[in-house]
Amino acid sequence: MQLYYHFGVISALLLTKTNNHIFLRLSTDNSALCRKNLAAAGPEKFTAEFIQKQIEEFNIGKRHLANIMGEDPENFSQEDIDRSIAYLFPSGLFEKKARPLMKHPDEIFPMQRAVQWGKDRRPFHFLFYTGKQSYYSLMHELYGKMLNIEKHQDRLRSKGLFSKDGHKISLGMSRWLTKEELEALLVENISTHDYNRFIQIMERLLSMPYCNIEEEFVLRFRHLLQTQSRHQMVSALQKDENGVAFSSAEGCRKTSHSTVVLRDCGSGRLSVNGQDSLLYFPVLQDREQLMFPMQFTGTLGRFDLECTVSGGGRSSQAGALRLAISRALLSFLSPSEREMMRQAGLLTPDPRVRERKKPGQEGARRKFTWKKR
Amino acid sequence: MRKLNFVCILTDFFCLLKTFGISLKCLATVMSNWKIRDLLSLGLLGLRHSRGVLTKYSSAGQTVSAAASVSSPQLQPNDAAEKILNLPLEKPDFFRVAELFSLKDLFDARVHLGHKKGCRHRLMEPYLYGCRLDQDIFDLDQTVEHLQRALNFTAHIAYRGGIILFVSRRRQFGHLVESTAKDCGEYAHTRYWQGGLLTNANIQYGPGVRLPDLIIFLSTLNNVFQQHVGVRDAAKMNIPTVGVVDSNCNPCLVTYPVPGNDDTPVAMELYCRLFKMTINRAKDKRRQVELLYGLNAPSPSNS
Repeated sequence: MQLYYHFGVISALLLTKTNNHIFLRLSTDNSALCRKNLAAAGPEKFTAEFIQKQIEEFNIGKRHLANIMGEDPENFSQEDIDRSIAYLFPSGLFEKKARPLMKHPDEIFPMQRAVQWGKDRRPFHFLFYTGKQSYYSLMHELYGKMLNIEKHQDRLRSKGLFSKDGHKISLGMSRWLTKEELEALLVENISTHDYNRFIQIMERLLSMPYCNIEEEFVLRFRHLLQTQSRHQMVSALQKDENGVAFSSAEGCRKTSHSTVVLRDCGSGRLSVNGQDSLLYFPVLQDREQLMFPMQFTGTLGRFDLECTVSGGGRSSQAGALRLAISRALLSFLSPSEREMMRQAGLLTPDPRVRERKKPGQEGARRKFTWKKR
Repeated sequence: MRKLNFVCILTDFFCLLKTFGISLKCLATVMSNWKIRDLLSLGLLGLRHSRGVLTKYSSAGQTVSAAASVSSPQLQPNDAAEKILNLPLEKPDFFRVAELFSLKDLFDARVHLGHKKGCRHRLMEPYLYGCRLDQDIFDLDQTVEHLQRALNFTAHIAYRGGIILFVSRRRQFGHLVESTAKDCGEYAHTRYWQGGLLTNANIQYGPGVRLPDLIIFLSTLNNVFQQHVGVRDAAKMNIPTVGVVDSNCNPCLVTYPVPGNDDTPVAMELYCRLFKMTINRAKDKRRQVELLYGLNAPSPSNS
């Protein structure tokens, strides 16, 4: 029999006379030709009944969870759910999205288009046959609004009240929705060309006088910019029993956290964690960091500081304290001085943290020694 | 190869003529009065599937009563549903579309004005009354006839609950056409026509989609002065079309052409108004008839 082996398996099968049935296994059974192209099928489609079932299961599960935690099932909010899950299933995983999660199915399963036609197979939307029904219905609505504005202008012209600089929309700090946001709003894919056209026509609408009648429609597609509002958070100025004004603030840097109470006594004393600053920070650099905000504003001898700090090393503790002192100082200063402090960078928390070590490398960036052979 | 096929078809043609004892002249008159599609269905010309000779439909159409007699004879309608469907076929102008407009309305809406002599399409010459100062003028008598036929057909389609798609690529009137479609409860497409919308529908929209049963072209040309792709695609998918053909358009593939102006806003508003009124009328009639027959025959029908 050994003589036959080198002819291959098939020939060996053919040569065996004992077999009446020769089963030739299809050579392409598990090859690339037979395997299903799972990637080309597109994202998984969820039916409406499936989502409905998931929502029911979620609501029942929510009530069970409330009973487990001994809380009221009727008023169990999402924050309570998150807290309970974090308590019952503690996870040390770094990636927040990999931890156990219990959220409403609408947030987990992406929004998908339901079937677009009814029982008699007539489509619901009147622009269904264009292919991009939501986008084109939006354009149709937009054009309708422009015609509306022009009619309004004609009416004013007939009364003689038309002026070219009449009533435009005040945009304030806002920007147009990005292409992704618009796609999420319309639940439909849009091409860049379509998006640019949409923005172009919206700009044209805004340039027309008396467009304030369609303000609500336009603002639906504008997103408020929120970056300006953060540095306005000034801690309140409180009064002591003796009538001394004081304010408190917090600060962090790397892994250190600190709290500072700034009293308007006029002494200029510094105590850190109960100790004098000279004892706690022997190094001059750290003490300079503490003094810098007050030296910058020229209030060195005016305030009395009571600080507490924990975590991190000496330099990061000093940085945390500096941020906390600057924040506490805000309530004693005028807006122009506050702007000066912000521009000096005293109010910006330092975002640098320790970078993690990666596998296959010795440190965060340092690679293992490369040996040619 | 093509020439050979042509010759084969012609020889078959003449053989058939001899067997039936029909002369060419007789046949020509018959052809001018009947639609080729119906002739083929009757099997009068038992030709092989013709390729080059008979694809052009003759422009003269038929009255609706003739269509009713050409279609296969109905069984005795016992079912209420069958009664409802056959009711409009008893009279020629059941929906009275002829009362919706008059020749004067068309004239006032400037429907008779065509393009200049240089833009004229050869196949539109039968519909033109004449040419004044180089501008083509449509024969409004013919237009009235064609428009009545077209409106009658749309009314019948709307009565039977068919999907009607309004198509126009004129950017001036896109909003008007879309609003008309919305008011009727039908569908519109006044945007860029993607290639496979009708021919590749199952992949474009999803499996099991229902295609339109009638397409109304309020302008058969697209923005580059070429024939709209929808005309050809509808012909491919056996979807009947109603189209407003101007003097520079090709009326061949349109089932119910309506020769008239498609550039003036007044004319377009008139067409939209007429189509909207016919469709609404047909749908209201359908609801009335359903209520009537629902009251008369409350017992459930057995299929």
